[in-house]
Amino acid sequence: MPLFYEKKQLVSPGDLLAEGDYLSGESTYKENEKIYACRLGLVDYEGKRVHVVALKAFYIPMPGDIVIGKVIETTPGGWVIDIKAPHLARLRASDVVERGFKPETTDLPSIFDVGDLVITKVVEYDRTRDPQLTVREPGLGKIMRGQLVEVTPTKIPRVIGRQGSMVGMIKKETGCQLTIGQNGLILISGRNADDERIAIKAIRKIEQESHTSGLTDKVTEMIKKEREAIDSK
Amino acid sequence: MTASKKKTKKEQEKKSAKKSETLVDKKGIRLDGRKVDELRPVKMEVGVLPNADGSAYLEQGRNKILVGVYGPKEAHPRHIARQDRAVIQCRYHMAPFSVDERKSPAPSRRDVELSKVIREALEPAVFLEYYPRTSIQVYIEILQADGGTRCAGITAAALALADAGIPMKDLVVACAAGKAGGKIALDLMDTEDKVGEADVPVAYMPNLDAITLLQMDGNLSTDEFETAVNMAVEGCKKLYEVQKEALKSKYVIEEETEQ
Repeated sequence: MPLFYEKKQLVSPGDLLAEGDYLSGESTYKENEKIYACRLGLVDYEGKRVHVVALKAFYIPMPGDIVIGKVIETTPGGWVIDIKAPHLARLRASDVVERGFKPETTDLPSIFDVGDLVITKVVEYDRTRDPQLTVREPGLGKIMRGQLVEVTPTKIPRVIGRQGSMVGMIKKETGCQLTIGQNGLILISGRNADDERIAIKAIRKIEQESHTSGLTDKVTEMIKKEREAIDSK
Repeated sequence: MTASKKKTKKEQEKKSAKKSETLVDKKGIRLDGRKVDELRPVKMEVGVLPNADGSAYLEQGRNKILVGVYGPKEAHPRHIARQDRAVIQCRYHMAPFSVDERKSPAPSRRDVELSKVIREALEPAVFLEYYPRTSIQVYIEILQADGGTRCAGITAAALALADAGIPMKDLVVACAAGKAGGKIALDLMDTEDKVGEADVPVAYMPNLDAITLLQMDGNLSTDEFETAVNMAVEGCKKLYEVQKEALKSKYVIEEETEQ
């Protein structure tokens, strides 16, 4: 049962990762008891599970995920929303309008119009049907202010950190509100532009150095330096 | 009339055979100074187009090729979507300025055929069944052509697909071999392709040891064909290393500059 790469080594599609009694995890595939990588990324092992943390991938919806999307069309029954997944997502009008929804009388564009950005949650998705969304929960709905940052969806866990340590730190240090969409879009809204700018810089740093360890401390340091630079002005 | 035509045809054949003989000299050196089993110098780069989901740029000798990949995303028009898998939409296109005489930018019969052939060479490598009802778009733009563009196009397209984060069984890499000046030679350039006797493009997945494209243009004996295919596969393996290096270098350089 040999393993052919060490942890955090860079592999490309088709590289043989392991042979024998192993389980194929994310961004890998198994053929004839051999596990190969199917994306460019860093290898990782967890017990018998071999997986690759892809350096670039696209978002695959999972029920329960909070995602940030853009309204691209209003239809008689609801909205079509782009959540940066292979399929366009649907948001039903009956999900938003409390009672007495009538397609002929309710003015849907007055609720969400084309181009609006919304924070939503994935209700269901199974590849055979388009993802269904909901906004019927606190914290969901139209985005009124703030700035959006886009990162590769596979790096979202790193932005969140262990038990939310990374986001918690950024929120505390910059005083910004962060809403993380699992599809790689992050909404930042702070009291002023400087706070937001620092938070964006922190996220960019996490994205670029996601493979290094002790990142939370590095980012904290960077934020403090930035803050000092602004305060001294 | 027919007699004179026959005569001219015969003369032409003779002429081309004579011309072909000069393609490889007595020492086994070709017109551009290469040995018979030598590839042209290659250069590959990924992530060159920020607007596309994935992209690659490739230079192989005087070939210059740019590939952009989008998707997987909703298939348009709707009827091309398949319920059980993703479809690849591939466009091979030669820029008007890619050849000596201006080429019409409208897709020619050849462009359409190559688009199909390239699509079929890429399909076995991509996990299409993971993303049903979607399409993956591959745009191959030949900026400068010097023979073997279909192979170079496949090599670049595979890089762009991997750069887009589309899951693949293996990278596809393609290389041609053929017969020029009476000798089997690797990676034919334009003159060798046109004047030479035969051309065998091969697309190959090195880790799976599988051929995804095999064509032949011209005449070869069975033995010659076998030598040509083996030579092309060896060429593919060399190109594969360059391909992997190109894919990784996008990230490795970043790591080094950061530290």
